[in-house]
Amino acid sequence: MKTEDLIAALAADNDTKAAPLSRAFALDLALGFLVSAIGFFLFLGLRDTFFASLDHPRFLFKFVFTLTMACTGLVLTWRLSRPGVAAGLARRAVLLAPALVLAACLAEMASVPADQWGARLIGHNAVHCLTLIPLMALAPLAGLFLALKHGAPSDPQRAGAAAAFAASGLAATLYAMNCPDDSPFFVAVWYMIATSVVVALGWVAGGRLLRW
Amino acid sequence: MRAALAGDGAAYQRLLAALAPYLRNLCRRACARAGLSASEAEDAVQETLLAIHLKRHTWDSSQPLTPWLSAIARNKVIDMMRRRGRRAETDIADFENVLAAPPEAENVERELERQDALRLLDQLSGKQREAIEAVSIRGESLRDAAINLGVSEGALRVSVHRGLKALAELYRRMSD
Repeated sequence: MKTEDLIAALAADNDTKAAPLSRAFALDLALGFLVSAIGFFLFLGLRDTFFASLDHPRFLFKFVFTLTMACTGLVLTWRLSRPGVAAGLARRAVLLAPALVLAACLAEMASVPADQWGARLIGHNAVHCLTLIPLMALAPLAGLFLALKHGAPSDPQRAGAAAAFAASGLAATLYAMNCPDDSPFFVAVWYMIATSVVVALGWVAGGRLLRW
Repeated sequence: MRAALAGDGAAYQRLLAALAPYLRNLCRRACARAGLSASEAEDAVQETLLAIHLKRHTWDSSQPLTPWLSAIARNKVIDMMRRRGRRAETDIADFENVLAAPPEAENVERELERQDALRLLDQLSGKQREAIEAVSIRGESLRDAAINLGVSEGALRVSVHRGLKALAELYRRMSD
């Protein structure tokens, strides 16, 4: 086919409009998160002490951490979803959540005697954390992948990993409402391992599914 | 591009026609550096145009157009290189066929491009292929083509669109 023939065909197709990328992001992400949230309230629910804990700084910090992760991940995913857009500061901003949790760990070390560190790090149910966060990340991750598929990520692997980071942040926000362990030690170790698993999955899946 | 996105088909065709030489220049330079031929560069140009078309909603109209365009072209040239890297043996076979066929003067390259795309077109469903051929290779307007094929203009529009998406999908699978 000559190039001018192709151009004629493309021009003939100009009336077919695709939905704006921002709308695809909003809809797909909201739908994915809703699925996880419904699953959470059906099968897990808030922990018994949820309302009593609302003024405990350790409990609240978990949400500062997970929501920072979700927000920075979403901004980076959005920036990586279109060709020719520099990721800029958004790339470094994803380090903010790990930095926060490290700082919280230092504060915990200063305020808790060393003989309790081990117990706080191991927590009550690390296995729950390691399975439920990746599980609840799947639906928002699928939503973000659909949105990225509608976009055109120049680097599909990075875009997939960024989407996975954001989805983990959302899943961790849900999980934190049920999880009985509030120590930054627990969060730093188990939440971060769960997130790493999801990010690795997003990286690999992105390379395969997000090419265009 | 803004007029094209607002629905001005003529402006869109003018824009794509004006972009083609710029993209050709870009792709030829990149392909020459990688040791790919001019007809492969033309393939990359067509793939880029197709991607520009199918992904035109990803351009933020408040931003300059050039970085967006060159990022797409770069991606498509990389796809092309990946494809050629993996199909080294078939390349030799293609080359022998070219030698066996009588070299029809200066238009060999053009003719090759035509064959290549037609082969891809053959893999489309009958309806999509007919639709694309009608509005592209035979250069008919949507309305005339719809009358000739005996379908409604809307149905033809859908077939063209699906056909173009399927072509992009075929290209993508070739580089997997």
